[in-house]
Amino acid sequence: MNSSLLVQILSLARRSTLRTLRQPAVMVSALVFPMMFYTINAYGLDAATKIPGFPADSYKDFAFAFPLVQASLFGAITAGSDLARDIESGFFDRLSLTPMRPSALLLGMLAGVVALGLIQGVIFLIMGLLFGVDIKSGFPGMLVLILLTVLVSLGFGGIGAMLALRTGSVEAVESAFPLFFVSIFMSSINLPRDLIEADWFRIVATANPISYLVEGLRSLVITGWDAQALALGFGCALAIVVLSLAGASSFLRTRVAR
Amino acid sequence: MARDRGIEVRGLVREFRKGPKAVDGIDIRVQPGEIYGFLGPNGAGKSTTVLMLTTLLPPTSGTAIVAGYDVVKEGPQVRASIGAALQEAALDPFLTGREHMTLQAALHGLARKERKTRGDELLERVGLEEAADRRVRGYSGGMKRRLDLALSLVHRPEILFLDEPTTGLDPQSRSALWNEVSRLARDEGVTVFLTTQYLEEADVLADRVGIIDRGKIAAEGTPEELKAEIGRPSVEATPSSREERDRVAKVLSRFGEEIAAQPGAVAVRLDHGAGDLADVVRALDAENLKVTNLRIEEPTLDDVFLEKTGRSLEGAGDEKGETGMEESQG
Amino acid sequence: MGGFFSVAWAVAARQVYKYFANPAFLAPAFFPIFFFVAFAGGLTRVGDVPGFDYAAGYIAFQFVWALLQAVAMGGAFTGFSIAGDFENGFARRLMLAASDRRGIILGYTLASLVRATMTGTLVTVVALIAGMPIIGGFDFFGLIGLAILVNVAATLFGAGIAMLLRTQQAGPVIRTPIFLVLFLAPVFVPLNLLSGWIEILARFNPFTTILGAARGFLAGTPVGVLPAYSIGLGLVVLFALWALYGLRRAEKTGG
Repeated sequence: MNSSLLVQILSLARRSTLRTLRQPAVMVSALVFPMMFYTINAYGLDAATKIPGFPADSYKDFAFAFPLVQASLFGAITAGSDLARDIESGFFDRLSLTPMRPSALLLGMLAGVVALGLIQGVIFLIMGLLFGVDIKSGFPGMLVLILLTVLVSLGFGGIGAMLALRTGSVEAVESAFPLFFVSIFMSSINLPRDLIEADWFRIVATANPISYLVEGLRSLVITGWDAQALALGFGCALAIVVLSLAGASSFLRTRVAR
Repeated sequence: MARDRGIEVRGLVREFRKGPKAVDGIDIRVQPGEIYGFLGPNGAGKSTTVLMLTTLLPPTSGTAIVAGYDVVKEGPQVRASIGAALQEAALDPFLTGREHMTLQAALHGLARKERKTRGDELLERVGLEEAADRRVRGYSGGMKRRLDLALSLVHRPEILFLDEPTTGLDPQSRSALWNEVSRLARDEGVTVFLTTQYLEEADVLADRVGIIDRGKIAAEGTPEELKAEIGRPSVEATPSSREERDRVAKVLSRFGEEIAAQPGAVAVRLDHGAGDLADVVRALDAENLKVTNLRIEEPTLDDVFLEKTGRSLEGAGDEKGETGMEESQG
Repeated sequence: MGGFFSVAWAVAARQVYKYFANPAFLAPAFFPIFFFVAFAGGLTRVGDVPGFDYAAGYIAFQFVWALLQAVAMGGAFTGFSIAGDFENGFARRLMLAASDRRGIILGYTLASLVRATMTGTLVTVVALIAGMPIIGGFDFFGLIGLAILVNVAATLFGAGIAMLLRTQQAGPVIRTPIFLVLFLAPVFVPLNLLSGWIEILARFNPFTTILGAARGFLAGTPVGVLPAYSIGLGLVVLFALWALYGLRRAEKTGG
């Protein structure tokens, strides 16, 4: 990576982080909503721990993956709609007229997503610990938890970028939000897959990659070091990152093709 | 400064999937150091042309050489030589003016020290030094356009594209922007390609004007040449009483075709030029008609537009009848 | 009072006409259906927890919550429409034309009921497809009555806020409290299985009583009917006054 590309990426990452930090409403909803849903579920569904075979003593430990995944999704949609807004407003055209490398734009935006994901991950971890969430894998596990969260953010961010670059429309990106939101719930987020009774739901949850992200994150909290869950979690996250970035760069190339 | 590379466009066409050709085979030549005014109503093809010349939109056919480089084959070189302030003041509402300058300078590869000095210099030149550390969200329309202009100048381009730079601005902001644009051309030898739907703007600012209508160049020349081509001035008379308006119109119609006039007044384009004026006065007098005001007007670019396209520029773009969709909410 | 009803009728007719011009009027049903599918499909085993004794089963348990959510959100969306009408100036025309402006509120409420009927039916159809039994039979009408009260109360609440704020910014201000009231209730398990702070909040939440009675109707074992209907009617009266207050404020500021 030569120095001018690095300068470009850093400048754009700085910009996308600045604009996120300067919109308190975005920050607050990215932090408050996942936390609110989490606490409601954590206590509302605590009775689920009494189901025979439930893998955790406390539902708040079990559900801790939820705010991490949901917040990553929020961040990705925000970043995606920011990028789409840049395209709509002509800001993207302005940047395209500079000698900036197109990839710098994508990487700059994703650097902003990673920064936000990191901030969210750390804040949620601290809040979770204050709530009394017991992380079985200990301190090293917390670091791995943050790492996986950031990777999930990056993957979702890539999908957001893909949507933005393909459609160039804020509305299109934002209307994809419910779809993502739904796919979080159609996973093993609320119950382990073997305790899902309805066959069709279990099949959907098994096919849904989000289940593996959730199970990877969750294993660090409720199990400790579960090599299989972590391998699946990191594998899925990396696959999403690679595929979405490949898609995003191809759409980017189409958009700046000239 | 040796600048010998202007803009040369031959047979440029842009088709969109649906609808007619937005740009339909235009030829343009802009001399280095010249301000070229590209005049036309909304939807005439002005912005599409600018997007092609600035490499943001590939042409369907034809060639365009900007600053000596082909827009299709040598995009990066073209982009390095041009600056552009495009129609939407494309700014980030959450960044300050100075942050915009720094970002733009960094992307253009200016050295760290130069980023700041160049940014400050340009902000001062467009009169934004006091607002530099405020977020763009609070800027007025005029301030945004000035920041936009400053941003397009960061890398000292030799050709500047301004797409409707003053649309929606108040008269003061407009003339401030005009001053800066003419200064750039005069003192720094920047070639300016400017689109506008305002006749006055083209008239005041441009060395040469191209009139575009429905994707085709309808006329080209200096404003003076174009007006001289039409040649014939018009006369406007205001009858002293409303009842006499029809009679005055009848008299005037002997001297030429009636054209739009102020309320209560009558105007015709004189068939034989200003020499008719004395006859007009005599004819009115012979009919015992009194007028409170009699004016002779030189042709304007609007007259040129009317002559060349059969329509008046004002409102010509509204023909399509764009209907605003009713906002639907739950 | 002729003015009152003719105004109400005109406003309601326009709103309903707008619904049919745009299928997005079913949008309030989206999240309830989705939550229903996610919870009723994914959490069935929660119905096996000791102490979970709801005769109609977990699908029916979740359906009642989804139905009440759909009609409440229908009311919230009517609030969004009112706010939009104020923002784009349409409301000013209404205020000018209406001889009795209270009719405007009734009109929006009637239209909201029409919408809630549609969204509620949609949710019910989905639930029936998912295999929900209706054990209660005739008692189902008791459930419908409660749904109507919830819809009217939510509509009037939203109308009051919409007329106070008169911009689209009213959206989150209307939606968030309704959302909180819906979620801070026994959503996943009955009240007796809740614990901790959520149990305390749910006990104080008036919606809990309505939800409990509504679930009772569906299972054919009505419980707490009188308190539920009293609370429902009380909320309707309270928010009707609130909406009238909003209307007066809107009148004072010139719509």
